[in-house]
Amino acid sequence: MMAQTDSSETPLLEVLNLRVEFPTRRGTLVAVDDISFDIKPGEVLGVVGESGAGKSLTGTAVINLLEPPGRIAGGEVRLKGQRIDNLPQEKLRHIRGRQIGMVFQDPLTSLNPLYTVGYQLEETIRTHMNMSEGQARKRGIELLSEVGISAPQDRIDQYPHQFSGGMRQRIVIALAVCANPSLIIADEPTTALDVSIQAQIIDLLKRLCHEQGTAVMLITHDMGVIAETADRVAVMYAGRLAEVGPVQNVIKQPYHPYTKGLMGAIPTVGQKLERLTQIDGAMPRLTEIPSGCAFHPRCPKAFDRCDTERPDPIAVEESKVACWLYDDARVLSGETEQ
Amino acid sequence: MLAFIVRRLLQSIVVMLVVALVAFSLFNFVGDPINNMVGQEATTEQRAELRERLGLNDPIPVQFLRFVGNAAQGEFGISYRTARPVADLIAERLPATVELAVTSAAFALTLGIVLGVYSALNRYGWTSRFVMTASLIGVSLPTFLIGILLIWIFAVNLQWLPSYGRGEVVDLGGWRTGFLTLSGLQALILPAVTLGLYQLTLIMRLVRAEMLEVLRTDYIKFARARGLSNRAVNFGHALKNTLVPVITITGLQLGSIIAFAIITETVFQWPGVGLLFIIAIRFVDIPVMAAYLILIALFFVIINLIVDLLYYLVDPRLRVETPAARTAA
Amino acid sequence: MGASQSNSQQGPLNSRQGQAGASEEAPHGRLHRIFDSDIWHSFSHSPITVLSAIITLLFFLAAIFAPLIAPYTPFQAGSLHLMDGFTPPFEQGMSGNFYVFGTDDQGRDVFSAIIYGARISLLVGFCAVLFAMVLGVTLGLIAGYRGGWVDTVIMRIADVQLSFPAILVALLIFGLAKAMIPRDYQENMAIYVLIISIGLSDWVQYARTVRGTTMVEKNREYVQAARVIGVRPAVILFRHVLPNVMGSVLVIATIGLALAIIAEATLSFLGVGVPPTTPSLGTLIRIGNDFLFSGEWWITIFPGIALIMLALSVNLLGDWLRDALNPKLR
Repeated sequence: MMAQTDSSETPLLEVLNLRVEFPTRRGTLVAVDDISFDIKPGEVLGVVGESGAGKSLTGTAVINLLEPPGRIAGGEVRLKGQRIDNLPQEKLRHIRGRQIGMVFQDPLTSLNPLYTVGYQLEETIRTHMNMSEGQARKRGIELLSEVGISAPQDRIDQYPHQFSGGMRQRIVIALAVCANPSLIIADEPTTALDVSIQAQIIDLLKRLCHEQGTAVMLITHDMGVIAETADRVAVMYAGRLAEVGPVQNVIKQPYHPYTKGLMGAIPTVGQKLERLTQIDGAMPRLTEIPSGCAFHPRCPKAFDRCDTERPDPIAVEESKVACWLYDDARVLSGETEQ
Repeated sequence: MLAFIVRRLLQSIVVMLVVALVAFSLFNFVGDPINNMVGQEATTEQRAELRERLGLNDPIPVQFLRFVGNAAQGEFGISYRTARPVADLIAERLPATVELAVTSAAFALTLGIVLGVYSALNRYGWTSRFVMTASLIGVSLPTFLIGILLIWIFAVNLQWLPSYGRGEVVDLGGWRTGFLTLSGLQALILPAVTLGLYQLTLIMRLVRAEMLEVLRTDYIKFARARGLSNRAVNFGHALKNTLVPVITITGLQLGSIIAFAIITETVFQWPGVGLLFIIAIRFVDIPVMAAYLILIALFFVIINLIVDLLYYLVDPRLRVETPAARTAA
Repeated sequence: MGASQSNSQQGPLNSRQGQAGASEEAPHGRLHRIFDSDIWHSFSHSPITVLSAIITLLFFLAAIFAPLIAPYTPFQAGSLHLMDGFTPPFEQGMSGNFYVFGTDDQGRDVFSAIIYGARISLLVGFCAVLFAMVLGVTLGLIAGYRGGWVDTVIMRIADVQLSFPAILVALLIFGLAKAMIPRDYQENMAIYVLIISIGLSDWVQYARTVRGTTMVEKNREYVQAARVIGVRPAVILFRHVLPNVMGSVLVIATIGLALAIIAEATLSFLGVGVPPTTPSLGTLIRIGNDFLFSGEWWITIFPGIALIMLALSVNLLGDWLRDALNPKLR
């Protein structure tokens, strides 16, 4: 995929063979298994998958915020070409918030209830930028107004509980962008919100990032949001990457059988009422991930090889697909799309 | 704010009245107060006269009102055992108990919070594991045994510290303090540690548990994701949020220091109100028991009031919502 | 969200599966099911818990079979060797008798005294917990089922009592009882008074837990249905609500036993508990305390260690039980 677009441009974020493990009493669980992807400056990468697929963990692993005992057990994370996964916490801290902003799912619990919005804004701004208290406050007010909070000069002194859920998510976004990071990791930023507010928040995120050229890693299970927002999409299944590709391809013409199932399960407005397809079974638990391709027990097109060998991502046009259906031999013999 | 305080004050007064009712019933219906006061030899006239003089012939509500009125002025009658006014007995012994309680509370609070925070932040370190194990033993140890063990080690074997009494005291206008003499301070160490150790372990475990809970919250994760320094996250954010629930429970725990002082005072023969109370129970000295009950209740009510106010100051959510929301928090 | 959550759910899911698996193998018998269960797994994988269980069991056995186990009968006046008084531990007295833990001023064997003392301590502890449990569960059921003013009154009392330390409540009740019982009977009644005082000081926990569950359970359809077809409330409570709270009640009772043993020891130490004629561990410690300064430390330290071991073991068992049965009870 990179080969044919501008290969001269270095990716902003590169994730190479990332592996996240949870040592437990009953053995080590591999929650994210050998994942590679990258994000170019200003690009929006959507990461989709069922809950438990490892999307959020991938996001938190990028800025190394995994909660112990979870840990990065292998692979690399590079930001602007520099490795960041092995940095000491103190160095990493200057990347968090400054270079990579983060937005979490639940705005109701993301803000400390005991401090005013202003305190939390100023604290973050002054951590990353050389500003006086007065300047930081001024910037805080500007940010609040930028994210669409009216009367910011009054509301900056209020506590989080005095704001509605949607307003709080706006504040969380203000906190994430306050030091002009080059990447924002948004982990299900709209899942906890009312449907009517979801679109507003996505619009806000899009607008801010577009204005400042910020790249976004948008983690969600909402394909509608992805279709509208993302440039490229990564589909995750059971801690592995199933498919990465341009949004149009993945949505209109998915390659991986899992992605196909996922797309088939989404109703489209205007479409003639057909039966929504459904993938039989459920995603396996981390303790019992099947051998070979993790999807093979549910896959309608599985064959012998899927049971024994794990597929590596294979380049198919602009996408990469981890599926044996697209192994050279088969592609050549034209067996793929019947 | 004002409405909140008034509401709390009213509740406190109700509680005090209920306790006064219990004390009053104790006083009037348990045994015959006249018999207790005059002994077997008194004549019927003497008894009747005393009965009239004490107002025991008045209707019960009148007696109760008088009891409350007297109690409010610090009048609790005459001790059956020593034949001295109960108020004097208590006034004499209160400084000893207050000094003991304050010292051990300070000891328990400072060390409890420091150790709790430390073991939460270094939960996998061996020191914090050791502290946790030790604290589990501490919780299971009865106060009086701690006292005996400390006496055995530090007074009997090592002979470093005195094992009973308050040492020399200095009279400051009726308040006899042991804070100002070396022997007074030395005598304070073992009882204060004994009394504080249980609270210390409790506070420590509580702070640790709350802190671990808070460290798992989204806002702490978000604070880290914003790149704040460890210090700002741990002490600016986590500690403050930890202290909100800790304040309540700690406040109530401090209240029980006064009650546990009964045990400590018995072990160390510390001349405070707790020892007075135990002796009163052994001799069924009801006026002293009633007075002690009211004193303890007053103490608890005051502590509760302070805790509520602190809570109110620390947590901004309470300042907007109704005070009733506190129970839900 | 995501994998981290599914990971944290892993444990319980697994355990449920483990149990389901076990019940499929029912032919292997009940014993097998016990050893295959999650509770057994968590028990046998915690050495401290196993040790606590062994110590507790030893204390129980020693208490039950005290006359068979104790080498001497320390509280029968005729059997004492006064000349053996103050024999240090691991030494022979003047009479030629051997005393592991030494003797007290009257030549009583401290080891035997501890066994008999533990008997009294456990007896009082058990009865107090039973009393508190019956009282608390009953009041909790009534408060939760009836609601309204009955509930308000019961829970108000509980709140007020809870804001005072249990030991103070027990002391007060003890003092009251002492004032009401004629002097001649006090000695004989002491142990019952003690049980009731400790029991009364400790019912609140049960009542609160049971009330909560009852309020949830009484609105369930099956209870409503039972009511509609005319099943008596008492039957509903016993058949349907009670089984739902037994786990929590068991946990409270275990920790309550440790607390009751400590409360009994404390009261006895304060001189308001069981009389010296039938001493509990607390009484032994109080008696021995007088000799601490003259160098006869064993008279008080050994009963003290016994008390600590007993209370700590029961406490640890309770802790484990709470985590094993319901981690959320904390």
